[in-house]
Amino acid sequence: MSNGYHIVVCGSVVPDPLQTLEPIETPSGPALKNEMLLPAVLDPWAAHALYEAANLAAHSAGSKVWLVSLGAKAKLQQVMMTIAQKVSFELVPLDGPASGFADAHATAAILAEAIQSISGLDRSRLLLFGGWESASRGAGVTMQLIGERLGILDQFQGVDQLTVQPDGSLEILERIEGGRHQVSLCQGPPALFGWATGNLPEPRNNPQIGMANMRAIMPALQRAKTVAPATEALRYRSASPPKQQRQTRIVKNLSAEEIAREIVAWIEKA
Amino acid sequence: MTSVGPEPDAAIDRQQMDVDIACVGFGPAMGGFLTTLSRSLLNPDGSPRLQSSCLPGTPLQVICYERADGLGFGVSGAVTRGRGIRRSFPELDLAQIPLATPVKKEKLIYLLDPTGASNRSFALRSADKLIRTFGSLFRFREDALELPLIPHFLQKHDGFVMSLGQFNQWVAGQLTSSGLLQIWPGTPVSAPLIEGRTVKGIRLADQGTALDGTPQDGFLPGIDIRAALTVVGDGPVGAVGRGIDAHFGLPAGHEHSEWALGMKMVIELREDSGLETGTVLHTFGFPEPEIFGFLYAHPDRLASVGIFIPSWFRSPVRTAYRYLQHFVLHPYLWRHLQDATLKSWGAKSLQESGCRGEPFLVGDGYARIGEGSGSTNVLSGSGVDEAWTTGAQLAEAVVELLEKKLPFTRQNLEATYVRRRRASWVDRESRVAANSRNGFPHGLLSGLFGMALAGFTGGRVVIPPPSSRKKGATLEERFGARIPPAELQKLKDEAAVHSLPLHDQIMNRCGWPEIPFDGKLLVSQQDALLTGGSVQAPPGYANHVVFLRPDACTNCEPKLCVEMCSGQAISRGESGVPQFDREKCIFCGACLWNCRAEETGEPANVDFRAGAGGLHSALN
Repeated sequence: MSNGYHIVVCGSVVPDPLQTLEPIETPSGPALKNEMLLPAVLDPWAAHALYEAANLAAHSAGSKVWLVSLGAKAKLQQVMMTIAQKVSFELVPLDGPASGFADAHATAAILAEAIQSISGLDRSRLLLFGGWESASRGAGVTMQLIGERLGILDQFQGVDQLTVQPDGSLEILERIEGGRHQVSLCQGPPALFGWATGNLPEPRNNPQIGMANMRAIMPALQRAKTVAPATEALRYRSASPPKQQRQTRIVKNLSAEEIAREIVAWIEKA
Repeated sequence: MTSVGPEPDAAIDRQQMDVDIACVGFGPAMGGFLTTLSRSLLNPDGSPRLQSSCLPGTPLQVICYERADGLGFGVSGAVTRGRGIRRSFPELDLAQIPLATPVKKEKLIYLLDPTGASNRSFALRSADKLIRTFGSLFRFREDALELPLIPHFLQKHDGFVMSLGQFNQWVAGQLTSSGLLQIWPGTPVSAPLIEGRTVKGIRLADQGTALDGTPQDGFLPGIDIRAALTVVGDGPVGAVGRGIDAHFGLPAGHEHSEWALGMKMVIELREDSGLETGTVLHTFGFPEPEIFGFLYAHPDRLASVGIFIPSWFRSPVRTAYRYLQHFVLHPYLWRHLQDATLKSWGAKSLQESGCRGEPFLVGDGYARIGEGSGSTNVLSGSGVDEAWTTGAQLAEAVVELLEKKLPFTRQNLEATYVRRRRASWVDRESRVAANSRNGFPHGLLSGLFGMALAGFTGGRVVIPPPSSRKKGATLEERFGARIPPAELQKLKDEAAVHSLPLHDQIMNRCGWPEIPFDGKLLVSQQDALLTGGSVQAPPGYANHVVFLRPDACTNCEPKLCVEMCSGQAISRGESGVPQFDREKCIFCGACLWNCRAEETGEPANVDFRAGAGGLHSALN
């Protein structure tokens, strides 16, 4: 593609999934306890999509990457300080709730509207990236819903690899059962890709990229649009974390058989 | 060009970036510096007030690098009088800072030993007997004596309790949203760049390396950030501050001889815990007489509970984690903490030499602020507000120099920053505190007497310092009276065979009860690593703890670096050389001051370099 791609990555800010998350009931429905106190990260699935987008843009002259990110403004700001050193992108911030209890349809409507309002975005060059799943919700439907709202018919989920063919078409590897991939060919943009983990490592922190990004990110954050996903269509009857009993021992250089044997013994004892 | 610090390699082609002011470490001192500076960067009409020298025509270019992965991942006990912070924020509304609340109730408590295992002197045991016998006459209950008054120099009753992590996030949020300066977490700084007598900037840590620092695929050499002024606020174990100390030395008579490890839990209390928000408890006497403790009750049923293990605690089994659990289990505290849940956990080394450990505060091209600059008051046990104030003082000085278009020379920085600091309450109170802890190496009672003497006489009368630094006790010296030599040797052998620290076996043998793990508050140390904020280590960085002369470690016993390691990241390796696992390291820095090599007159054998990762918790 001679003019490059316009790659829009959807990525919400979520509480670090490695933290202990505890759902509670509030007058407005379920929420995470002390959510604003928890460290936040760019949704790990979406982060993979962002790194893949940056890589694709770097290898396709004339391409540009936007990150459309939904989250509380203070958390967005914190997270941008972490990821803005890694890859170049232009931020489209949306100040609103990114909790796992938000309705996927309402969230998709907000994100789709934000994408449509990006100035200069060329639909004929549009590749819409996002996470196949999310650390804050397991439904995995938000990207699909955004695509439907934007009229993007070529959608791929569980993507691990995207390769531009010499004729400009796109070869996509999608995860299927049994640890295998389904290979698809797509004529080109516009198309939607819900990424699994991809193949790229987390990029290094590069201060020069950070400096360049921040010149645009901070003004964008100051102008962040406040959004409120509709809530009336969804009602939770209850929310509870899975029952768990935790006992940890960190070991290294133990064979899989030994680990398995130890876990079986522990389960039998429990 | 001299790169002072780890692994200088002239063959590596490094990128370079120029800024006006490069800052290292985002803690309260840097918060004070950047907050004060940011208010002077613009004119009322929004135009730049201070111009950049490196990028003419643009505002002053200020950049700050922080090692931790988040700007709120600091670890500290946090009750402060907040004098300097309130000066910066006259309209401070604590409700805006999560977990902050005014101090409502403050108590000083002597904890007796309910276990019989604590290593107490005859004098202390006699005092305990007296207290137990005549306890009904005093405020004695639950094996604790609430002292009727708190010396004025210890009082924090006009201050506030806070989570330093949340406070840092609050400050950082305001700073970065202004867009006037940049603060980058997850970016360790490996060394200062020094040319002759001038600090010219900093070097960021290399990325894309093997654990031994060897470049691998994706190698990104650390960029050199060159700046007219380098502001060093990376704390007492930071690579830049220590690099500058190594190059320029310390002022005559100054030394970093006293340390402490602070370890704490952030705990969610049960609903009927009986602890009022804003309660502050200072404790001493248990789990060992040398160990001080605290409890601060935050809003939302959260509490910070922790202990300090000082370097004058000469025991070779210096396990902070197990002692912290015994502290939590003390009946006086347990009545509040029973059925509580561990939410976060962390540890940090504290530079306890105070102004006696003050480095050269300024030099050509650099200035030191915060704890690493000797600002902690060792009498009042206060450091956050002092650190903040030194940062604010430096910012005022920097603005003065920039407005006068004067360079950041040692002379100019002394005439502005150091002059402000010397004239301030921080320095005045620090001088009172300078010798207040001289008595502790002789024992708890003489230590407390020394503090009182210094505190009540304004530092005019103090106990003389020890004639020489005492060596750590050997296992035989400390436990020979309780454990027969043959059994002690057997315990040592078993620990060596199983690559385990000694402290659990020794403490069990000395009568310390086993910890009754409940899976909520009382959990194994490895569980605390995961539930207490999670420890992370991004790939692509070299090991930051390095044993410089492995041969010297082979026969070192007991291995204090192993015993004291907060995250059990250092274990006994094969052939006696400790092994380091960076995936468990929480960057407490205790290994740095617990190397026994220095006791034999050799340089420390542990190098604590710049590294990424560590705790992921903003609750601390």
